[in-house]
Amino acid sequence: MFRFIAGRLLQMIPVLLIIATLTFFMIRLAPGGPFDAEKSVSPEIRKSLEKYYRMVNPDGSPRSLWLQLGDYLGNLAKGDLGPSSKYSSRTVNELIGESFPVSAELALWSLLIALGFGLPAGITASLRPNTASDYIPSSLAMAGISVPNFVIGPLLVLVFALKLEWVRVSGWDDWIDRILPSITLGVLYAAYIARLTRGGMLEILSQDFIRTARAKGASQLRVVMKHALRGGLVPVVSYLGPAVAGLVTGSFVVESIFQVPGLGRYFVNAAFNRDYTMVLGAVLFYAALIVLFNLLVDLVLVWMDPKQKFA
Amino acid sequence: MSFVPVVEEPAGTAAAEPAEQGTSLWKDAWHRLAKNKLAVSGAILLIVITAAAFLGPLFMSQSYETQNLELGATPPSAQHWLGTDTLGRDMFVRLLYGGQVSMAVGLCATAVALTIGVIYGTVAGFIGGKVDALMMRIVDIMFALPFTVFVILLMVFFGRKFVLLFAAIGAVQWLTMARIVRGQVKSLRRMEFIEAAEALGLPKHKIIFRHMIPNALGPIIVYATLTVPSVMLLEAFLSFLGLGVQPPMSSWGVLIKEGAENMEEFPWMLIFPGTALALTLFSLNFLGDGLRDALDPRASKD
Amino acid sequence: MAGDALLQVEDLRTYFHTRGGVVRAVDGVSFDIRKGETLGIVGESGSGKSVACYSLLRLIPQPPGRFESGRAMFDGTDLLHCSDEELRKIRGNRLSMIFQDPMTSLNPYMRIGEQLIEPLLLHRDVSRDDAWQQGVAALRDVGIQDGEKRMRSYPHEFSGGMRQRVMIAMALITRPELLIADEPTTALDVTVQAQILELIRKMQCELGSAVIFITHDIGIVSSFCDRVLVMYAGRIIETAPTAQLFYEPKHPYNQALQRAIPALNAKGRDLYTIPGAPPDVSKPMRGCPFAPRCEYAQEKCVTSKIELWDVAPNHRSACLRVKLGEIDLTPAERPDTSAVEDPVRA
Repeated sequence: MFRFIAGRLLQMIPVLLIIATLTFFMIRLAPGGPFDAEKSVSPEIRKSLEKYYRMVNPDGSPRSLWLQLGDYLGNLAKGDLGPSSKYSSRTVNELIGESFPVSAELALWSLLIALGFGLPAGITASLRPNTASDYIPSSLAMAGISVPNFVIGPLLVLVFALKLEWVRVSGWDDWIDRILPSITLGVLYAAYIARLTRGGMLEILSQDFIRTARAKGASQLRVVMKHALRGGLVPVVSYLGPAVAGLVTGSFVVESIFQVPGLGRYFVNAAFNRDYTMVLGAVLFYAALIVLFNLLVDLVLVWMDPKQKFA
Repeated sequence: MSFVPVVEEPAGTAAAEPAEQGTSLWKDAWHRLAKNKLAVSGAILLIVITAAAFLGPLFMSQSYETQNLELGATPPSAQHWLGTDTLGRDMFVRLLYGGQVSMAVGLCATAVALTIGVIYGTVAGFIGGKVDALMMRIVDIMFALPFTVFVILLMVFFGRKFVLLFAAIGAVQWLTMARIVRGQVKSLRRMEFIEAAEALGLPKHKIIFRHMIPNALGPIIVYATLTVPSVMLLEAFLSFLGLGVQPPMSSWGVLIKEGAENMEEFPWMLIFPGTALALTLFSLNFLGDGLRDALDPRASKD
Repeated sequence: MAGDALLQVEDLRTYFHTRGGVVRAVDGVSFDIRKGETLGIVGESGSGKSVACYSLLRLIPQPPGRFESGRAMFDGTDLLHCSDEELRKIRGNRLSMIFQDPMTSLNPYMRIGEQLIEPLLLHRDVSRDDAWQQGVAALRDVGIQDGEKRMRSYPHEFSGGMRQRVMIAMALITRPELLIADEPTTALDVTVQAQILELIRKMQCELGSAVIFITHDIGIVSSFCDRVLVMYAGRIIETAPTAQLFYEPKHPYNQALQRAIPALNAKGRDLYTIPGAPPDVSKPMRGCPFAPRCEYAQEKCVTSKIELWDVAPNHRSACLRVKLGEIDLTPAERPDTSAVEDPVRA
């Protein structure tokens, strides 16, 4: 198992290198420079900024992109993502360190909502397929998949913040501010998890060994919880890897709707502002996060399914 | 041992030959689909929405661009069924035009994803061996990438061009298609009629186009149907962030963005495009689910 | 006989209501089994023998399955209509079951030990440690050594024969009064089949349980069972003590079945097959279900009401012409009894 983890972590290095290189060239070869967006920047300041970021040689001639990439990767190896090219007084590490915990908290609440609603709904639906207790959760799940979070979010704001005034429109100060963003982000995953749970449980509940368990005198509750759940949840757990990637994407929209000071909003702003280093840093951070989470999911899957081996 | 060897199994238990599935497979699938009320309603709703979006504007007196700044935003009325936006433009007409754009992006980007995915998957599955392993490893790695992030970067840094939009979306969506097609091709390869075709010396491209792709068509259709809604969603998502379709053109995503900005005073600007998008996605998803149940009975568990 | 009957099944009808129509899988089956007796139920696939036995434990999915009529009295409790609670107390405790395919009947996600001692934990007031010790002993009884280690294994680490041994140990760990074995050897290698049969017989002797043995293998029946039911198209068409069933067949189907056994020493002779196929039980049937394939069938076989008649002491048959004494069936040529029919002693 140790070798498996070590191998996967080693595989991460080339993946991150490729991503860094690709992203680097993509944003640097694009028309327009990092300081074009800001009209207030005078040519002199711009020059000095370019020097600071080592985009030009000391004599002012353009520096080779490959050398710049080399600089970047060198710093990356030290864990340094460089200074923000938008806010020169802040480093990307600082910005990510500040904003990621917020996004992580939001993602965690969303995931809890998703599991809290999705699992019971999916299990209920699977117990009596093609009856009302299946159709109702299944249709709700389909609705959850079909209504995008950027529609749900504003609608929730409209109803609960603007009309009913139960919660604030935006902000991230106390627990009440967590409610709407977490629901908005979590609905889609609740829906997916419900569908996957239903499918997985239906598959397992039709297996011979479930009949064996019933023949032994196990109650319905015991059959579901002890005999079926572990196998039935395999698809759900496999899905948690991609789900985290999805939560990252979802956070872009949800954090801007609700003005949550998380990494998603920082990233989108950075992209719009052409904050090169911040964009690069965030992309690498997301990639590493997703790869690590997939590794974690694979470990859980091996633990869940005795037939799986580390390979 | 003494078994009872006399009995012919009443129902055909042997695996049906794919070559013989031919018409009856599609007929069966059609019957199964026709029985699925949700899928049929989805299909009907979809036809209605599509027809309205593409034919409706022909009967409209107003253009989607016609502004009426004096009028400004008004709630739904006899004259403007779904009200007007802040520039006094008729929401119904804008909704129909937005639908055209959203659906066009959905279809084109799905076509891109389909083409890349089918070719990649077929090649990997057909060649097999180390090439296959490498190609699928690449797909695995790409799956692990935050792809939407790249699409955002692409749109930000290379301008918000329409063509780029569905090229970018298509490039994200082909991965699953490639996996599905490869799986199909791999299992088809082991079937006897393909081996027979190979033994007869049929050239590879003929085997692929005559035998492989037609037999893998069911899952491809199903997945394509399910790709359309996710593509439309991605387009709307990008438009919502201001990275997709640019004004004065509109798509449902653009309208939702505008609606969200004005929802406090003019909630109809959010509610109608939101409903239109949700209903379309709902129908497509139900249709896709129904198609999967119909075309791939093994995949449906009930 | 009724006095010491352990289980009495009366007029059991299990129908499946599907879109394609009503499948009369079990259509009016009555039988009983005494304490310690071994009853064989023989029939082809689809004859309803498995459905009949699954019905006794209500392991039929409902819907689409439904009990249209019948009772199954087990020590004063009607298994078909008692509460779920009552049924659970009987399942796996006083009435256990062994299934056909040991590869799929054990839970791949649970350790062998967990599954093995589950009946004890559910039905006996024992501590986990005690149950675990009993589990190890039960494994030893079915011939699995180093039980301590084996208890902690997962099913995929076992061979088919080993898994069936585990299934047997699991079914018998509560010392049930009745064991239903549904083709327990069909999915196994021939050499393993004999071991498993011998094991069931040994355990039955030790525990004194009654056994219902479902099989399509007439050879097993002859060596193993006290009494045999022959099922066809959801009905019982003949029942008799084993020897009688073989030496004095009273139904043409039974006779044909025996004739269809491929004899080991009958090299060069054509194999006998019964013409035609079993009837579609989703269509209503008049008269004798076997009539379309029967060489003795006459008009009246289709038009008359068919019952299970007493045709000899302890011997009942659903053949109208046998009952009327019009035909006298000879036993099939049976030159090979010793060679074929005793896999246990072989």
